[in-house]
Amino acid sequence: MSRLIKNLALVADPWREAAAEGPLPDGDVIVPLARFTAEREALLAREGRLGVRLSPDDDPAALAGDLGHLDLVALAFPRFTDGRAYSQARLLRERLGFAGELRAVGDVLRDQLLLMARCGFDAFELRADKDPDDALGAFADYSVAYQAPVSPAPGGRV
Amino acid sequence: MYRYDQLDRTFVAERVRQFRDQVARRLDGRLTEDEFKPLRLQNGLYLQLHAYMLRVAIPYGVLSSRQLRALAAIARTYDKGYGHYTTRQNIQFNWIRLDQAADVLAALAEVEMHAIQTSGNCVRNVTTDHLAGIAPDEIADPRPYCELLRQWSTLHPEFSFLPRKFKIAVTGAEADRAAIAVHDIGLRLVLDAAGAVGFEVLVGGGLGRTPILGSVIRRFLPASDLLGYVEAILRVYNRYGRRDNIYKARIKILVKALGAEAFGRAVEAEWQAMDRDGMAIDAGMLDRVATHFAPPAYAELADAAPERAQAMREPAFARWLARNVLPHRVPCYRAVMIALKGGGAVPGDATAETMERVADLAELFSFGEIRVTHTQNLVLGHVAAHDLAALWHALRVAGLANPVVGTVTDIIACPGLDYCALATARAIPIAQAIDAAFADVAELHDIGDLRINISGCINSCGHHHVGDIGILGVDKRGQEVYQLTLGGSSADEASLGTILGPSLPPDQVAGAVRRVVDVYMERREPGESFLALVRRLGVDAFKARVYGGLEAHAA
Ligand code: SF4
Repeated sequence: MSRLIKNLALVADPWREAAAEGPLPDGDVIVPLARFTAEREALLAREGRLGVRLSPDDDPAALAGDLGHLDLVALAFPRFTDGRAYSQARLLRERLGFAGELRAVGDVLRDQLLLMARCGFDAFELRADKDPDDALGAFADYSVAYQAPVSPAPGGRV
Repeated sequence: MYRYDQLDRTFVAERVRQFRDQVARRLDGRLTEDEFKPLRLQNGLYLQLHAYMLRVAIPYGVLSSRQLRALAAIARTYDKGYGHYTTRQNIQFNWIRLDQAADVLAALAEVEMHAIQTSGNCVRNVTTDHLAGIAPDEIADPRPYCELLRQWSTLHPEFSFLPRKFKIAVTGAEADRAAIAVHDIGLRLVLDAAGAVGFEVLVGGGLGRTPILGSVIRRFLPASDLLGYVEAILRVYNRYGRRDNIYKARIKILVKALGAEAFGRAVEAEWQAMDRDGMAIDAGMLDRVATHFAPPAYAELADAAPERAQAMREPAFARWLARNVLPHRVPCYRAVMIALKGGGAVPGDATAETMERVADLAELFSFGEIRVTHTQNLVLGHVAAHDLAALWHALRVAGLANPVVGTVTDIIACPGLDYCALATARAIPIAQAIDAAFADVAELHDIGDLRINISGCINSCGHHHVGDIGILGVDKRGQEVYQLTLGGSSADEASLGTILGPSLPPDQVAGAVRRVVDVYMERREPGESFLALVRRLGVDAFKARVYGGLEAHAA
């Protein structure tokens, strides 16, 4: 079963993750930032959609000139208590104007989904051992918030 | 005081519902303890030595009589009949059951209270001057800004998993009663040359293992830019604060590593790039919040000091006036402190009966409002001067007129090893021993202002670094021993105490304090404070007496 949550539903995931090196899978592919930087020309020229994965140490500004060519940025939560990707998400949405898919990967758990959504994430790869139906309930935990929503709001944001 | 609007009510109700669900998922195993812990902490729930402890926020230290009665009811229903006021304008209940925690939160929500972000690695409840809106030396009331910060920080989606806890304190007065220099962010309301209101911004102060005073990164921040600027500080911290070592994760370590100037530049750059207009506090926003903190309807009173005549006749009343009654910005009113200290009391503890009695007296004498101080006392903030005698009698009957505020026995103490899972030593019995050694009220008054702060471990919840006399409990090969520091202060010329000498066993601490006080009494110039004397003489003058005395004693 899919573990990817988008638009308040579990959806099939067309994307494949590429390693730091080695052959690329066909179709839509997510590469780590270092590989994107090293193989930028080839990657942009390739068939299929392209996504880049940032680690919490990476500066989203490194993608500033390329966001228009990217369909997806994946931000990693090595542990759910590591909150750096929340700042990266807001910077990508608000400062750099990224409007593509912003995906949370790694230690992604139910009780943080709404926080992620409110920072601009619109896709969530739930950790493998967690019940996705249970997790979908998270988006209804609150009907109000004290902070303004992230702007510009990307299409399809929960 | 602040009253909830529809958004606040909805939010707090949803928060209770969410936590109830999280507890249920913890109990049926869908959440592991590791996953649950940060969630319960952000709802104020700690696992202590003997039970769960719930830390409830008292925003800006202000309570209504109705709220205080609700706290009393919680103490009776869910705890063992008492609560403990902390150094951060919170109250802690020590004997809470996990399966009842959400019920307590629901009971709090009924009276517009909560435990949100009183713990955890997030922006903690904002603290301020307990005399806000009362003190004659106030430039502007800090509470509307505190409330705006509370709203901004509540479940802030970007800052709910910071490297470490984050504490903001605000002062609006000339005398800093909020200890802003020992907070992650300290804000001081100031006026610029044109009379506009703004903030001096300090960052990177804190106690604990690495005590350090905050550095000024901005002399004047227009008040309307407060939220944007604080958000910029938090973003720099969230991105670059250390996460590899919890002892190095506070913002003070980042500020120290970068240097305050470089840190300030990073904040300015972040702030400049931000949607500053979108974050600005407009006048309407501020006014809406400020109306909640409007002063009560003071009566026009003729005699400015009617208590004087009675004080002439009644020395006990005079002593109480001298220590427990403070001036008010309105001439015919006073602020009355109630010491939760002395007579063997556990510093900061109050029984349900005491809370109810104080709630009643607040209704009779102080517009139904109670304040909680970081020194673990209560305040009736708006007492008409001509009511002082009646209030004093009522407090005396209730055993709440101990005239010791600010003296040696008005001790700040954390719960220590009697409750706290992190403690290395007990704090409460040490406070009680000092209290017993200074039982003579006339002597306490003669000594005057002298702050003793006790922490049961290096986490420093008892703020020992900034006491005139600081006492830190440490564990030495399985024995509880105590390290004394002298000359700390959290006030305007904030300073950290200097270690006096080798640690002392528990039964020698009160005697050592006695000898330190003796030196002060013998050597002080007229009007010289303890802090001034320590700065003038250095700690060695005290050291000789304390440890010399001990040798003589042992011989
Ligand atoms: S100072 Fe230590 S012992 Fe005291 S309350 Fe804090 S953590 Fe517990």
